[in-house]
Amino acid sequence: MTNIAYFTDQFEGLAATDSTSTIKELSKAAFDTFNQSGLPTYKLEEWKYTNISSLFDKNYQFSKEDSKENLSLAGLRALNLPGKNEANELYFIDGRFMPGLSKMISSEKELIILPLEEAAKGPYQKIVAEHLGSSSKYLKDGLHALNTAFIQDGVFIYLPKGQQLDAALYLHHINNANTENILSQPRSLVYLAENTNLQLVETYTTLGSMDSFSNEVIEIVLQENAFLAYYKLQNDGANAAQVSSTQIHQIGKSYVQTLTIALNGGVIRNNLNLILDAEGNETHLYGLSLLKGNSHVDHHTLVDNKQPNCFSNQLYKGIADDTATGVFSGRIIVQPDAQKTNAYQSSKNIILSERATINAKPQLEIFADDVKCSHGCTVGQLDEEAMFYLRARGLPLKTAESLLLQAFASDILNQIKLEPLRIHVEQLILDQLASS
Amino acid sequence: MLSIKNIHANIDGKEILRGINLDIKAGEVHAIMGPNGSGKSTLASVLAGREEYEVTEGTVTFLDKNLLDLSIEDRAREGLFLAFQYPVEIPGVSTTNFIKAAVNEKRKYHGQEPLDALAFLKIMKEKMALVEIDQSLLSRSINEGFSGGEKKRNEIFQMAMLEPKLAILDETDSGLDIDALRIVANGINKLRNENRAILLITHYQRLLDYIQPDYVHVLYNGRIVKSGTKELALELEEKGYDFITDETDLAAKE
Repeated sequence: MTNIAYFTDQFEGLAATDSTSTIKELSKAAFDTFNQSGLPTYKLEEWKYTNISSLFDKNYQFSKEDSKENLSLAGLRALNLPGKNEANELYFIDGRFMPGLSKMISSEKELIILPLEEAAKGPYQKIVAEHLGSSSKYLKDGLHALNTAFIQDGVFIYLPKGQQLDAALYLHHINNANTENILSQPRSLVYLAENTNLQLVETYTTLGSMDSFSNEVIEIVLQENAFLAYYKLQNDGANAAQVSSTQIHQIGKSYVQTLTIALNGGVIRNNLNLILDAEGNETHLYGLSLLKGNSHVDHHTLVDNKQPNCFSNQLYKGIADDTATGVFSGRIIVQPDAQKTNAYQSSKNIILSERATINAKPQLEIFADDVKCSHGCTVGQLDEEAMFYLRARGLPLKTAESLLLQAFASDILNQIKLEPLRIHVEQLILDQLASS
Repeated sequence: MLSIKNIHANIDGKEILRGINLDIKAGEVHAIMGPNGSGKSTLASVLAGREEYEVTEGTVTFLDKNLLDLSIEDRAREGLFLAFQYPVEIPGVSTTNFIKAAVNEKRKYHGQEPLDALAFLKIMKEKMALVEIDQSLLSRSINEGFSGGEKKRNEIFQMAMLEPKLAILDETDSGLDIDALRIVANGINKLRNENRAILLITHYQRLLDYIQPDYVHVLYNGRIVKSGTKELALELEEKGYDFITDETDLAAKE
C-alpha cells in the first residue's frame, strides 16, 4: 500500500502550514495513532463486515488547490440536490469547506459559520478546544485518526442561545473525481447553545467517473433544551466509497432525531454515536437503506447512556436487491449511573434477491439494574399474499412490488419533518424503484 | 362467458381439483357449495391465477380467451374479480390510491384515458353509497385494522369500482354477523345485472337466503357431483352434506 507513504509525505507538508496550536496538537497525536493502527481491516470486530482497506489498493489524491476552481456555484446548483431556495447551504469541495460558495438565508446573528481554524483562535476557542476530536474516545480506528490528522478547511457551526431556525442548514459534499481518484476528509464541529432548534442535512455527490473516497467526521454538541433534526442523504455513484462518522454529544437535556437514508453508493460505512450525557435526554435514530447493484451499506450505531432517565429508540429498515449487502450493528451501553434508561432498537429488512445479504448485530452492554432495553431484527421477503392481492386487482407486478416497498419505507420517510427534503427523497425512491 | 373444461389442479404435488366442468353465462349467478376441503377455494384461486397452484389438465375459456395463459393482472383487467375470503391488510398503502391505480390500469388496458381526480371521486362517491361503506375506511391503509365485516365490504366496494364481467366471491359470508351479512349481500345484489356473471363460493346456505342463485353446484373431492337450482341448497341445509357425499362415495366404490 503506497498510500501510507503518500499520507506521511502529505502530513509533513501540512506541518509546515500555519494553524492554531489546538488543531496542530490534535492533528499530530492523530497522525501517530494512524501510523500505529493503519487502516481498519475486517479482522477488527467492528469492521468485520466492511472491507475498507482493500479500497486503498488504488491511489487516492487529496484535492489540489486548483481543481476546485473549476466548480462554480451555478454549476453546483444545477445538480439535483435538495435544499434550494428555502435553506442555508454550505458546500464542501473535495472535503474542503468553501466559504465563497455558501448561500445563507439566516443572518450572522442567527447562525454563525466560521472556518474551523478561525473558530479555534477566536471567541469560540474554548468550545473548539473542548469538543473538537472528542469522538476519538469512541472511534479509535486509523481512518478516524486520518481525518483528524489532516484537519484542514473544516467548518465550525454555532447556533447562538435562543435561535430557533426555520431555515434548514444543508452541508453539500461534492467530490470532483473527473480527472483523478479523490480522497476527501470533511470535518465539521456543530454547537447548539441553549434553547435552539436546528435542522441539519448532509448530502454527498461525486462528479466524474474516477473513484472517490470520503472520510468524514462531524461532531455535534447540544446544550440544554436544544433540538436537532439531523438528516444524512447518501445517493452517490457506485464509484463513491464513504466512511461517515457522526458523533452527537448531548451535554444538556435535549432532543435529537437522526435519519440516515442510503439509496446508492459503493461501499458506505456510517458510524453514528449518541452520547447521552445529561439526565432526561431523548433520542430517536432512524435509518433506511434501499440497496441494489453491488452497494454495501454498513450502519454502525452506538448509544452510550451515561446519565439517568434517558430515552432512545432506533428503527432501521433495509431493502436489498441484486448482490447488495446491508449491515446494521447497533450497540447500546448503559453506564452504572444511567438508571431508568429506556433504550430500544429494531432492525427490519427485506431481501429481494437470492444473492443479497443483510447482517444484523445488536449489542447490549448494561451496567445498571433498573433499565428497560430491547432489540429485535427481522429479515424477510415481500409478502406474497399482498403481492397477489394487488395484482388480482389489476396492478402490474412491478407496481405492486414498488407499492409494497414504499409502504415498507413509509414509516421512516414520514419521520422527515422537513417537507421539501421528504418530497425530494420520496421522488428519488420512486425513481429508483421504477428503474429497477 | 366462462367455460371450464375438465380442470385438474395440484398444490405441492397433491391433486385438489380432479376434473371440473362448469359453464357460466352472462347475467347468471352460480353458487358452488361443498364441505371443507372439497376444493372450492382452490377453484377460485386457479381462476384468479394464484401461482402456487399447478393446472395439470383441462382448459378455461373466459370471454373467448384462454384464461390460463393470462397473467394475474391481465385476468383482472379482462374483467375477472376475486373477492378474497381473507382480504389482506397492507399497512402503508392508501386504499383510495390503490383503487384509483387499479381502475386506471384497467382503463389503460382497454385503451381508455385514465380518470382524473374529480371523475374518480365522483364515481367513488356513487359506489360508496351503493355498498354502504364509509369514507373514513377508504382513507386508511388497505384493510389495516378493519373488522371482518369492513374487510368484506371493502371487497364489494372494489368490485363495484372495477365493474367486473365475472365476480368470484370466495366465502364472502364467512365471519360475518347477520347485520354485516345483510349489508354485504345487498351490495352484491345491487351489482347484479344481465351483463355480469357471479360465482358464489360458500359453505353455508344462509348467504343464498339473501342472494338467490340461478344454479347451485356441489363440489366434493375435487369434482362437481351434483348440480341443480336453488332448491338443492335448501336440501343441503336440511340434510347436510352427508347425503351427497355418502351417495358419491358409494358410487365410487361400485
